[in-house]
Amino acid sequence: MIYQGKQKIWSDYQKEIPADHWFYARSCIRQNFFPASETHFLKIGRELLGKDICDNEHHTTCGGISYHSDTIPQETAMTIVARQFAIMTECGYKNIAPSCITSFGNYTEILETWREFPELEAKVREMLWKSCRKEFEIPEHVAHTSDIMYTWRNEIAEKAKFRLINKETGEPLRVVEHIGCHYSKMFPHKGVGGAEYPCVLSGMVNSWGGQVIDYPERRHCCGFGFRQYLVKANRGYSISNTHKKFESMEPYKPDMIITNCPGCPYFLDRWQYVIAEMEGRTYGENGFGIPVFTYEEVAGLVLGYDPWDLGLQLHQVAVEPLLDKIGIEYDPKAKYLGLNEKDIMKPGLPENLRCF
Amino acid sequence: MAMNFGFKLCPSSALNLDKIDTSLYDKLVEMEPDARICMACGSCSATCTASQFSGMSVRKVLLDIQRGKEKEAAAMLRNCMLCGKCTMVCPRGINTRHLILSLCRIYDNKEEQK
Repeated sequence: MIYQGKQKIWSDYQKEIPADHWFYARSCIRQNFFPASETHFLKIGRELLGKDICDNEHHTTCGGISYHSDTIPQETAMTIVARQFAIMTECGYKNIAPSCITSFGNYTEILETWREFPELEAKVREMLWKSCRKEFEIPEHVAHTSDIMYTWRNEIAEKAKFRLINKETGEPLRVVEHIGCHYSKMFPHKGVGGAEYPCVLSGMVNSWGGQVIDYPERRHCCGFGFRQYLVKANRGYSISNTHKKFESMEPYKPDMIITNCPGCPYFLDRWQYVIAEMEGRTYGENGFGIPVFTYEEVAGLVLGYDPWDLGLQLHQVAVEPLLDKIGIEYDPKAKYLGLNEKDIMKPGLPENLRCF
Repeated sequence: MAMNFGFKLCPSSALNLDKIDTSLYDKLVEMEPDARICMACGSCSATCTASQFSGMSVRKVLLDIQRGKEKEAAAMLRNCMLCGKCTMVCPRGINTRHLILSLCRIYDNKEEQK
């Protein structure tokens, strides 16, 4: 194929992402799973790159978790989302940046539904007025925060103190990128690279010096799948999906996994412990697991932030072997010290998965 | 001892085509070159008298052999009554009855060699 033709096709897979002025919509579960990730997105955006991001205390969950768990109807989720848009409008912003992949999918699905069925939008506007006395404008742009980080990737690379390179061998680290299913599998044109070639995370990895590895189950779900996990009887299905992914990626010897979804890093991280205890199987080197990170944590690491300030002590899989590989210094004694050096207590160690 | 979490891990059904043993399929193709022209339409399975009682399916037998699942194929073959209805409906004109007999012959030879 001629180069120009290739570029033209690739341009169809791009989306418009404004560089600045965003209304930030936090995730309801990320702050519990990876508490420092959202804080560091704001820190990198505001303090390091001087961007305007509004973080308003009045917004709530988007309702996506209940919607995908079949506990609320879509009209309820729509009214919740309409309220978020109303707060965005009140704050004077036109672009919304959800931190969660499911929120991003939820907003996109709702906006597309309203585009197809305007009468539904009118109904939701009425319901919002009756319940909250609020009105809203449709956002001009909806971009997931990983989309925004993707646009910042080269600026971050310029300011980086570390690169995703093994300091002993000088070789790039082998990175598995895992993209949340609700990013572009529902609406391919809403993601950078579409559903076939999503490059939102691989772009970051390449800019920061790592090597993305391709493996057979690369686009397979992490196994969370909401109801598959939330109903205990279905959890075997959830962990079997994760197991399938790990079995598929293990021969390629990945050093780390980077993700952009709230559920994926949690399940890829915690299920490694469960698989180790069930089957005695571990996937990293020397009995360790493969460390799993959010993209904010990886950005924080390359920018030289303290790993414990990034919340890496809350990961199940030990991150220290990877920090040693990159050459990031850390204080092992400070791992379980919280704010103002408060002892947050050391967890019990698993039997089969090596941890510190 | 493995910890009980209240749910279990199901083994993956993924196949690594580089690692499976296809010697049985290769032998079958040698004896019955028509095995290659099957397009897996399932007419044989739809018309099979034994199918509704035992799950017999010539299409599945061929697929299992192509995927190196010899035991599964052998277990299914035991249900065939050799009535030959599948041969009459095959749009590719494959003599499926003969194909099944050839397969049984390969299995018998294997048993004798053991």
